Amino acid sequence: METVIGLEVHAQLRTRSKMFCGCPTTFGAAPNTQTCPVCLGLPGTLPVINRVAIEFGVRTALALNLRVNAGCRFARKHYYYPDMPKNFQISQYEEPLAEDGWLEVDTEAGTRRIGIQRLHLEEDVGKLVHEGTLETAQASLVDYNRAGVPLMETVSRPEIRSPEEAAAYLKAFRAVLVYLGVCDGNMEEGSLRCDANVSLRPRGAPELGTKVEIKNVNSFRNVQRALEFEVQRQAKALAGGERIVQETRLWDADRGYTRSMRSKEYAHDYRYFPEPDLVPLTFEAEFVDAIRRELPELPRARRQRFVADYHVPAYDAAILTQSMALADYYEAAVGEARNAKAVSNWVMSELLHVLPGDDERAIAASPVPPAHLGALVRLIDDGTISGKIAKDVFEKMVRSGEAPGTIVEREGLTQVADTGALEAVIDLVLAGNPKPLEDWKKGKTAAAKALVGLVMKATGGKANPAIVNQLLEAKLPRL
Amino acid sequence: MTTDLTRLTIHELTGAYRRREATPTRATEEYLARIERLDEQLGAYLTVTNDRALGAAAAADGRYRDGAPLGPLDGVPLAYKDVLCTQGVATTCGSKILEPFVPPYDATVVARLGVAGAVMLGKANMDEFAMGSSTEHSAFKLTRNPWDLTRVPGGSSGGSAAAVAGDLAVASLGTDTGGSVRQPAAFCGVVGVKPTYGRVSRYGLVAFASSLDQVGCLTRDVRDAALLLHAIAGVDPHDATSVDEAVPDYAALLAGGVKGLKLGVPREYFGEGLDPEVEAAVRAAIARLRDLGATVQEISLPTTDYGLAVYYIVAPVEASSNLARYDGVKYGLRAAGGKDLIDMESRTRAAGFGAEVKRRIMLGTYALSAGYYDAYYGRAQKVRTLVRRDFDAAFAHVDLLVAPTTPSVAFKHGDKADPLAMYLNDVFTVPGSLAGLPALSLRCGFNAAGLPIGLQLIGRPFDEARLLRCAYAYEQATDWRSRRPSLETTR
Repeated sequence: METVIGLEVHAQLRTRSKMFCGCPTTFGAAPNTQTCPVCLGLPGTLPVINRVAIEFGVRTALALNLRVNAGCRFARKHYYYPDMPKNFQISQYEEPLAEDGWLEVDTEAGTRRIGIQRLHLEEDVGKLVHEGTLETAQASLVDYNRAGVPLMETVSRPEIRSPEEAAAYLKAFRAVLVYLGVCDGNMEEGSLRCDANVSLRPRGAPELGTKVEIKNVNSFRNVQRALEFEVQRQAKALAGGERIVQETRLWDADRGYTRSMRSKEYAHDYRYFPEPDLVPLTFEAEFVDAIRRELPELPRARRQRFVADYHVPAYDAAILTQSMALADYYEAAVGEARNAKAVSNWVMSELLHVLPGDDERAIAASPVPPAHLGALVRLIDDGTISGKIAKDVFEKMVRSGEAPGTIVEREGLTQVADTGALEAVIDLVLAGNPKPLEDWKKGKTAAAKALVGLVMKATGGKANPAIVNQLLEAKLPRL
Repeated sequence: MTTDLTRLTIHELTGAYRRREATPTRATEEYLARIERLDEQLGAYLTVTNDRALGAAAAADGRYRDGAPLGPLDGVPLAYKDVLCTQGVATTCGSKILEPFVPPYDATVVARLGVAGAVMLGKANMDEFAMGSSTEHSAFKLTRNPWDLTRVPGGSSGGSAAAVAGDLAVASLGTDTGGSVRQPAAFCGVVGVKPTYGRVSRYGLVAFASSLDQVGCLTRDVRDAALLLHAIAGVDPHDATSVDEAVPDYAALLAGGVKGLKLGVPREYFGEGLDPEVEAAVRAAIARLRDLGATVQEISLPTTDYGLAVYYIVAPVEASSNLARYDGVKYGLRAAGGKDLIDMESRTRAAGFGAEVKRRIMLGTYALSAGYYDAYYGRAQKVRTLVRRDFDAAFAHVDLLVAPTTPSVAFKHGDKADPLAMYLNDVFTVPGSLAGLPALSLRCGFNAAGLPIGLQLIGRPFDEARLLRCAYAYEQATDWRSRRPSLETTR
């Protein structure tokens, strides 16, 4: 059997204000404090389109190779639920913003191009807070802070062939959105949400099998797990001669299974019709072209360029290009230091450990700007400080925000490379530690390493270990 | 002083203010006293905002005292249809489902009039959610026609029209979706203007049918209509369907006369079902306009017959969507005894909406249902385009259309219990609404029983100035304005 998967991804756009009113979109505010008559759907209010949300939609459409339609139109989607203040959602239906694109996804099996059917904009709904569980609650409260936050829905074609590929698609998709700056990609806070459609069919069959929609698969891992479970469930059912029922199933991440929410007979009739309170939008070619010109280099292309230009391993390139801010940081630091691999190591093993994340805000607030990190790598490369001292200097840079040169100079951390001074120290060490010398003489070559260590210790780590080594190698045979 | 300030027009009243012969407070007090005395009988108001009105009037007094009034509406006592949101003042839309609902914001038109210094006397009665042509569908009270208390004032802006005709407000705002300003204006013998769709902001107008609703003015004469329309017209950033088109100084453009104006008389508006007395009065008015220098030609609007059918798909479809939000969850009525969420919402909507509103929600829901969209809403939109083209074709030859506003004069309460008979009342007003055109109704005579008859003028989009100029020329050349309903004798 062949697995057929399609993903619907809802992304909250990072606009400052909501889709149809001026309320802020920040997450986590006290309930119902980010609302106004418009997003509360009060009688008499009217929506006004957020131009930035439209630009974000067009930007994403272009990045995902979709055709931006010459015009688009909003439509009302009706169903009754208290988290939706008007009992209809302003969405797009017959005339979406963009259609027919694709996203290239790198999987173990190679590069796959997954088709994207459409991209449209809509408004998010509020959140219900139940006292206890939904089944036992005596009352429910509604928080409309999220109601009206711009949402971008992107529907893939049913061209994903495995649960792993679905997770890879979602990862690549997220990376593009985060790069474009249109979504923060935070799946825990619900900025990015995913529903999956899955069906099975005999390999090579032209028509699709009966599909099941899985809701609530809001992490890469859960997308994969839920789909794996569902593929097995369907395979087993089909093998047993059962028919698959077209239905919506909910993924229960704690218990690791999907369960039926509603079948097709109970499917909503959304009664779509064009939103009469908004005029249809038409896009001038110049408007779209201007956005196209401003498109940044996308994660996949940048990753490939990092490998080609900086000769960093693909693994490094993948991490460094996770966010545009981090990739920019990396390139700025390399510009200072030249040693691309060393900078990569410092970014991955040190910088990312002290920053709260790799997003724009975390990078912008980094106490170590890229020029400082580059300068630090340069100090190591030109022998001014040792790698070991550099770690201490880095810690101080994190605390104080100072440039590494300033710290090194003030604290006298420059490596001792003066052979005369070092020979004097070596003589003292040899005089004070006859045991390792004896060992060396007996042919234990490892004793030389111990002596290097002792010299380093005596200089407080400032000695250039390579020079100490050279000096000892010259001196020992003569003793 | 013997002058009864409640008999004056806006321009007469503000003239008296400027000449220090009257003050906004005195006029407001006279109106409030008259409302107190007569409104129990007339039923024009749902809410009277005494304190707020007197406060606004006192502020206007000061401005006139300082010789610095805000403009031609400063200190003018007005009534607003209860479908317009008023901050801090209950707004019911004539429905139990919005009881209680106190908007936290003012409709744009209300805010603009507030800035212009107007005094709000209260909120006028209406058919529930503006659905009806008699104001009998109000959930709260009956409104009576000041010319004959056994008759309806028209609707849905019946309270707004009755208040102006009965001298309970100098002028008022109504809303027109398929004729709801023009038809009650005709029945009550006042001037009613429905502006071009997009001319006036709909922000704060509680939606019935979004693609048709417009705020309109009900006034005692054409000059008042020009003044009031000027104050509320213009683009609004809160209404994406409002149009950024310059607003002319309508009052300054009134005096041009009708010489050379090309009037079209749509043949289809004079057919079967038109009351002979109405037809005679309208034809006489057309003759009068010709005498005044206009040229008159008969034209055809072949899709006229389809207007009502299209309207009764489009308007209920939009209404079924707009009214979905009244579910007992957030504001307004919540029916008790619900077993669960859906039961609570069902009980609330069953108890809160009246029969006519339910009928239209059912119609609209049906027309939008899966499998029916193309046959109903889709086709209605196509025919709507044809209706628009009819008007476009007519306006290639003529400047304005002249027709009756309604097929008959005001009918008696309870006379149109059959919904279809009620809907037929809008047959002449609906096509212009579907095309989004500006239209106006003004008094052009009386029938033998002394009931006013309305003349309708329909213009090109955003050509309100020409509409008002023609109406003004007719009004100045005739004496219909002098007759008044004899409410006082019934005291």
